[in-house]
Amino acid sequence: MISLVLIVLTSLFFMGIVIRTKSIASGRKGPGLFQPMKDVIRLWKKGAVYSKTTSFIFQIAPSIYFASIIMAILVIPFCQHKGIISFNGDFVFFAYVLAFGKFFSIIGALDTGSSFEGMGASREALYSMLAEPAFFILMGSFALYTGHTSFHEIFVSLHFGSYISYGLGALATFVLVMIAMIENSRMPVDDPKTHLELTMVHEVMILDNSGFDLGLILYGTNLKFAMYGALIANFFTGSFTILIGILIFLAVQIIFAITVGVLESFSARFRMGNNAQFIFTLTSISILIFFGVLLIMGKFV
Amino acid sequence: MAYIQTYMAILVASLLVVPFLKVKWKGIMTLSVVVFNAILSGYITFPALLGEKIAFIFEGSIITGSIPIRIDALSGWFILLINFTLVTGAMYGLHYMKTYKKQTANITLHCLAYLLVQTSLTAICVVQNSLVFLFVWEIMAISCFVLIIFEYYKQDTLKAGINFLIQSHAGVLFLTLGFIWVYYRTGSYDFEAISQFSINFPPVTSLALFFFFFIGFAVKAGFVPFHTWLPYAHPASPSHISGVMSGVIIKIGIFGILRMLQLIQTDYVVLGYIILVFSVISGIYGVMLAILQHNLKKLLAYHSIENIGIIGIGIGLGTLGLGQQNSTLILLGFGGALLHVLNHSLFKSLLFYGAGNVYQTTHTLNIEHFGGLVKQMPQTTILFLVAALAICGLPPFNGFISEFLIYSGLFDGMASKEMLNLVVLLFSVFGMVLIGGLAILCFTKAFGAIFLGKPRHHFPSKPKESGYGKLTPMYMAAAFIVAIGLFPQFFFSMMREPIKLYSDKINITGDFTSAISITETMQIIGFSTTGFIVLGLLIFFIRKTVTAQKPKPILTTWGCGYVGETEKMQYTASSFIRSYRKLAEPMLSIQKRKIEIEGVFPVYGRHETHPQDKIEEFFIDKPWNLMKLFLGKFRFLQNGNPQFYVLYGAVFIALIIGFPIIAETIKKIIYFLNQI
Repeated sequence: MISLVLIVLTSLFFMGIVIRTKSIASGRKGPGLFQPMKDVIRLWKKGAVYSKTTSFIFQIAPSIYFASIIMAILVIPFCQHKGIISFNGDFVFFAYVLAFGKFFSIIGALDTGSSFEGMGASREALYSMLAEPAFFILMGSFALYTGHTSFHEIFVSLHFGSYISYGLGALATFVLVMIAMIENSRMPVDDPKTHLELTMVHEVMILDNSGFDLGLILYGTNLKFAMYGALIANFFTGSFTILIGILIFLAVQIIFAITVGVLESFSARFRMGNNAQFIFTLTSISILIFFGVLLIMGKFV
Repeated sequence: MAYIQTYMAILVASLLVVPFLKVKWKGIMTLSVVVFNAILSGYITFPALLGEKIAFIFEGSIITGSIPIRIDALSGWFILLINFTLVTGAMYGLHYMKTYKKQTANITLHCLAYLLVQTSLTAICVVQNSLVFLFVWEIMAISCFVLIIFEYYKQDTLKAGINFLIQSHAGVLFLTLGFIWVYYRTGSYDFEAISQFSINFPPVTSLALFFFFFIGFAVKAGFVPFHTWLPYAHPASPSHISGVMSGVIIKIGIFGILRMLQLIQTDYVVLGYIILVFSVISGIYGVMLAILQHNLKKLLAYHSIENIGIIGIGIGLGTLGLGQQNSTLILLGFGGALLHVLNHSLFKSLLFYGAGNVYQTTHTLNIEHFGGLVKQMPQTTILFLVAALAICGLPPFNGFISEFLIYSGLFDGMASKEMLNLVVLLFSVFGMVLIGGLAILCFTKAFGAIFLGKPRHHFPSKPKESGYGKLTPMYMAAAFIVAIGLFPQFFFSMMREPIKLYSDKINITGDFTSAISITETMQIIGFSTTGFIVLGLLIFFIRKTVTAQKPKPILTTWGCGYVGETEKMQYTASSFIRSYRKLAEPMLSIQKRKIEIEGVFPVYGRHETHPQDKIEEFFIDKPWNLMKLFLGKFRFLQNGNPQFYVLYGAVFIALIIGFPIIAETIKKIIYFLNQI
């Protein structure tokens, strides 16, 4: 419950920090922290234009996409408190629920019969497929390390061993940040600020969405960022009390947001063709973590 | 006992009656017999599923010896799911076949074959005498062949049918060899002899025996590299047959493997690793090729191979559990595999029925020709979508539950921290995840290209929704798909007895703690999936109320300034998977033909891709060509001159008469020489 509240709170200003960082990096003052959220609320109040090609799939897709993100957030624990949903193997549920939302956002894009949106949908499907093994092997490694298979138990029992676990946590953070960037279609793989349809991934999928639906999708991105931030924070909050936990949580989220801003300011988008290789490299980092775990446990002799 | 005789009596009576009925009544008669026999066999076997062992022994003949009929929980599980899909298949087929009602004789044969398939599949699950088993297996294979070649006047269909017939007999050959080996050593046709055999001989020998059976059953199940008949047979047969075949007939191969695992005692750890590796390869290979297909039914056929891979991962995991004496692994592995057998039979038959609806209204299966069918066929669209989501293993549907069990097993299995074990399990996790991701790519492509967007092709008659006759069996399957997703704990508890057949093999008494925690997990998943649906509805409801009063103009799709309406500019299925194709190209063989558009005013351009099955080229085509080359050397014998054939006959007769005489003479000479 706490994690849900905290994630929703963070999501209100997360994108604000990202945009502020980017503005400062490019020498501008930038909008207020809550500006992105205000934009979303403005969208929620608007009417919408629909294409005559679309069917009911297009109508329900954004709602389902949003529901899937909320559902995934419910699984995430906080400190010593379980998420609202918690069971052995819940990270499988987490990944698959997100995939469910993705499925709908893809077919929602295909429903418009557009010449552009299929392009984005195709890339999105491919990239998220390639990013998935990294997440599973990462969680599998920690399951192997701690001997548990639910988010809550993994995070709680993570730091009872040696300090090397913090090293693993750092590597895991890198993988998770990258997965978050891919899942939210941000800089190294996709440029949300591009103005050419041919080079967009996520943006081109939602070209035809407007009004309330667009608001849901944009806020969904904010929530997703905050969700991955919470996951990263969990690698470090481990067994602390709630108060310190909240502090660490906020610190991690802010650092994460600034990192995203910095990454976006100082890196260029990859060529489309190289994205697949890059994303697949994440899997090898996960395998590195896996072997790191084996090393700690003395399986390599 | 009386029930079985009633069952057979009804079958024989209906086989005799159906040919003499009018076309309209043939189908209805078949359907009612299928339903009645399904209920009857369900009534007999349901107690077996709950743990009651039922056994009869028929006297049999001098050749077969006594014929034991043993119905245990495993047969119970399979008989129930087989009969359910056969019932939906018959219901669907009744309406699907209306188009062909002029072909009276053909339909008669079809109905008879369908009845025989039902009985033989049921019999395979219960008969425990090798000879009789092979006999019913053969009936099943041949009647299945008859079902496939319904449209025998199409060359492709006949070819696919013969391909199936030959390959399934290659499988029978291995089964026969296995059974002969056992008979030779033990002198009994009873299945008990198999387990006796494996106890008496060292694990390596029984491992070899298991592989005879494994290959035999794998041909039927469609494990790579024995899968090559599947992608031909499924598109060729009528849709309800494709559904039944992919749903349950290939599962009988899985049943065989499971039965042999239960009977044969061997080194389970090695066996587990081998099955895991086989299955992961099957799964990945199946889905990798599925994505590239242009024929909808062929795409679904390759998906069957993928799902057999997933089932195989479950079985491999369970086997590993047997070897490591780990009851949790047995529970999760075999549980996941058994549940996935049920799940796959539901959503795959539903997908094939959906494909049938689409085919009968558009008369094409080429994915590139469809588009925008959601407008004309909303119900088929929703049903297809449910099945597509389920086959991708997404919550809240049933595919997630079985894949979740297998995932849990894979992660739990890592607790045994042996290096080889870890590497194989990591490989399997990687495989499962990749399969899941690729399946999503594949079904967004199929669903998006068929049902969404604008029509890409103008059909002579406007596509329209199928009647309720065809939709009802689809709704039945969909209801189960949703029910398993929402109440997994119930279906999981149903599998307790079948799994117990395996967990009894190891010496752990108790350890029900894990079973309880899994039941609990299942319950939480059930709540979560329900919650997910409620949440989705809630958000949609909020959206609806908030936007109720807002203006909602309807315009054309945003086209970068282009406001005309043309379907030619929308993304196609091939372009949707282009980036994937580029990635996968080095691993697969894809033939491309391309005419580039040139000049300022391009006139003509063309782009074709033909995905080829590399394994088929390697395992079937190449040996086949070599064989042809070798046999071609003896072509001169077949020269068409009657004189020569008379000569061959004369030589043959001379040899038959002459050989004993010559042999006798040689013997005498040797005897004579010895005397000296």
